[in-house]
Amino acid sequence: MKWYIPYGNPTYFILLAVALIPLMLGLLYGRRFRWYQTLISLFFLILTFGGPNWRTGISLVCYFIYQVALVSAYFHYRRRKDSPNKGWVFVLAVILAILPLVIVKVTPAIEAGRQSIIGFLGISYITFKVVQTIMETRDGYIKDYHPVVFSQFLLFFPTISSGPIDRYRRFVSDYEKVPAQKDYLNLVQTGVRYVFLGFLYKFILAYYFGSILMPRVQFGALMAHGFSWYIVGYMYAYSMDLFFDFAGYSLFAVGISYLMGIKTPMNFNQPFKSKNIKDFWNRWHMTLSFWFRDYIFMRLVFFLMKHKVFKSRITTANVCYIVNMLIMGFWHGETWFYILYGLLHGCALVVNDTWLRYKKKHQERIPHNKFTELLAIFITFNFVCFTFLIFSGFLNTLFFEPGKLR
Amino acid sequence: MDNVKETVLSILNDLTGEDFSDRLDENLYDSALLDSMGTVQLLLDLQDKLGVNAPISEFNRSEWNTPAKIIAKAEALK
Repeated sequence: MKWYIPYGNPTYFILLAVALIPLMLGLLYGRRFRWYQTLISLFFLILTFGGPNWRTGISLVCYFIYQVALVSAYFHYRRRKDSPNKGWVFVLAVILAILPLVIVKVTPAIEAGRQSIIGFLGISYITFKVVQTIMETRDGYIKDYHPVVFSQFLLFFPTISSGPIDRYRRFVSDYEKVPAQKDYLNLVQTGVRYVFLGFLYKFILAYYFGSILMPRVQFGALMAHGFSWYIVGYMYAYSMDLFFDFAGYSLFAVGISYLMGIKTPMNFNQPFKSKNIKDFWNRWHMTLSFWFRDYIFMRLVFFLMKHKVFKSRITTANVCYIVNMLIMGFWHGETWFYILYGLLHGCALVVNDTWLRYKKKHQERIPHNKFTELLAIFITFNFVCFTFLIFSGFLNTLFFEPGKLR
Repeated sequence: MDNVKETVLSILNDLTGEDFSDRLDENLYDSALLDSMGTVQLLLDLQDKLGVNAPISEFNRSEWNTPAKIIAKAEALK
């Protein structure tokens, strides 16, 4: 038996098209066939987590039961009359929620690259959804929680492997209603356009950069032994591949969600024309960076300012930028290049704020025109590509483990 | 009631350096006058000065993006 990476090959798309027709006809005529949606969700989950992958399937099932039990328990604790809402209960719930992910991330680092047996494709993305739900439950903002709807949210198959990361309340409001026919037709139109744009991104552009150009420059860089222009070539080829591959995947995930009447948020918004690094994070992997902004950065800022840990607002912001991006680095994996990647982006946010303050203060003296804007885009783009080069781990392979290059 | 409005406007004035009393429907995020830091400061000031307890989750960029909406929220939560 075979298994299928979501959106990985033509067969997956054909199955998807066939399976979605009844659901789409229902939505068109004002009905959402929930049992049918559950049925095809299970089918596509089995395609990905079944067959030779059955072990990860079992991990997914155990993980899923664990998280639903955890969130249900915390929700009941919070919705009880006169819930004490203790801080430690909340912290414990969050720790329990991220524990499996931490084990999965740390295992390769301490066991010489061996993958943890409790891991499965997309564990991070489900964890983000769980933590978000716990935090909003703590704040009393999630008032209607239903384990079955929550399961639909966690296991929503179009976004199971790599996001985009939706929010519980947003998802539920779409899931529980049927869009008006006119709105649904617009959704279908946009969804189909996204899927075809995804084909262009993932199967043409990412294929060119990732499978044709990258191996060549990689080979050149390896042959050059040490620093060479090939590394610069690799940097750009890798960055383009990373973008078109991930943005292509995201377009599929969003496009298919739209066909199912769920407005999963977009993940990319022309990131390479960002004018500064903050602008970049508002355009690149947006659902992840907004998750970090809302559930780590802002909460940390809130905590530090409320308890007046630092005197100045600027220091508070800077500390939070670094912590926020370092956590993002650690989330990617426990290797020096992921952590350095996070640190560089944290520092870049600090530098960016400092520069913007300086610029505001000396408005009359610092020119602002079309040329400086282009320069800003150029600098941001190249900085970002450089951090992607670090992120790729290619330098690690090249300088420390050349034997690992195929 | 007017007290809430005046307080919110004075908080926004402190945060952004601008007077919004005749621009109640201006989008604070589109014009980049308010960022994440400013938002947190806003929530803390609302807590301090009005006793309005708005958790960060409650805060939603599309529902809190103009002075008028912030005033309405603050009045509703008070």
